[in-house]
Amino acid sequence: MNIDSIRNGIVIDHISAGSGMKLYDLLGLDKLDVSVAIIKNVVSGKMGKKDIIKVDADIPVDLDVIGYVDPGATVNVIRDGILIEKKTIGMPARLTNVIRCKNPRCITSCEQELAQVFLLTDADNKEYRCMYCETKASVI
Amino acid sequence: MRSLIDITDLSTAELDELMDTAADIIANGKKYSDACRGKKLATLFFEPSTRTRLSFEAAMYELGGNVLSVTDAASSSASKGESVSDTVKVVSCYADIIAMRHPKEGAALVAAHSASIPVINAGDGGHCHPTQTLADLLTIRREKGSLNGLTVGLCGDLKFGRTVHSLIAALSRYEGLKFVLISPEELKVPSYVKNDALKKRNIPYTQTTDLTSALPELDILYMTRVQRERFFNEEDYLRLKDSYVLTPEKLKIAKEDLCIMHPLPRVNEISVAVDDDPRACYFKQALNGKYMRMALILKLLKEAGTL
Repeated sequence: MNIDSIRNGIVIDHISAGSGMKLYDLLGLDKLDVSVAIIKNVVSGKMGKKDIIKVDADIPVDLDVIGYVDPGATVNVIRDGILIEKKTIGMPARLTNVIRCKNPRCITSCEQELAQVFLLTDADNKEYRCMYCETKASVI
Repeated sequence: MRSLIDITDLSTAELDELMDTAADIIANGKKYSDACRGKKLATLFFEPSTRTRLSFEAAMYELGGNVLSVTDAASSSASKGESVSDTVKVVSCYADIIAMRHPKEGAALVAAHSASIPVINAGDGGHCHPTQTLADLLTIRREKGSLNGLTVGLCGDLKFGRTVHSLIAALSRYEGLKFVLISPEELKVPSYVKNDALKKRNIPYTQTTDLTSALPELDILYMTRVQRERFFNEEDYLRLKDSYVLTPEKLKIAKEDLCIMHPLPRVNEISVAVDDDPRACYFKQALNGKYMRMALILKLLKEAGTL
């Protein structure tokens, strides 16, 4: 299978196999009018299998979203065909407007323009809770 | 600006300080009768409540202050769709401190982020009710002499009962405690409350559905009401509401110095006949709540530089 290398853009690498589409959706990549490649189940020495996303444009990406979906993923920034930056992510301590609180009793369900904020409460179990009502985020 | 949203906002030293102030208010009430002269407490109650609002208002009056009150959501700007954030920004222009009850969980935190004066959470849905916990702590300390080394039974709705969650969080910071969690299967303490307060601190606890078998070992029995307003489904409420009813008969096997508590209002989970039992402390709890609210108002106004 052949995917052209990109000249200017980003490559999100080391995505756990199966998480590529979730990232694609949460990052809003479907709304871009540029070439985007999602490569699934790529053979990886370290991970066995992994997903990769290539975006053929130098767009800003929300690292918090990537860290939430897959803290082990890396973001490579490509300029003029050269890798100029490699970012490792980790789990963000705070997620703002990435996921929504599903508790119908939460103030976020009715307060005008209130940001959806989740805090990392248990890194070992990858547990985020709504900052307002402390409801646990659904597992992504 | 310092506010009180969750009981864990207060350190153990601060809890002790508030209880010491409350004890001084009880002993030397006159000394405090002018402490808040010229200051205004706004009580914003967007959910029905009588006792908590009256307790706050009585507390402010006994400190020599004044009260501005919103008692009915239907008559407030909230009914016109005004946000919590905007409401408290406006109220900040008129009052020195806010006590707020709201049906939505997290509403008090939103208020604290927007207000320019201290906000006291007087209950945000099923989430937190920290001043009830302050009342509970003072009651236990006055009745038992200490908050350490007690076996505490919590009975009834332990899932939606916000007073229970806050009390567990507060008591878990004291030494030598053991919890007995008594509830129907459907109304057990949420796992995050157990994880955060009990498991992480290795505090022993047991869970049971049987009040009678748990009763003999308890130093404290904290009864709660199954609250209709927390259920989406009326059938579930009707099925669970009479799970536990404490009667003089059941209390025969309990310790002689048991302290029976209830955040009130009671419906039928404690028989009226129990009221004459010297172990019944729930009306004392209401009185202690007023003293602790006085101590809290003083502390927050002082920290805000208003006093």
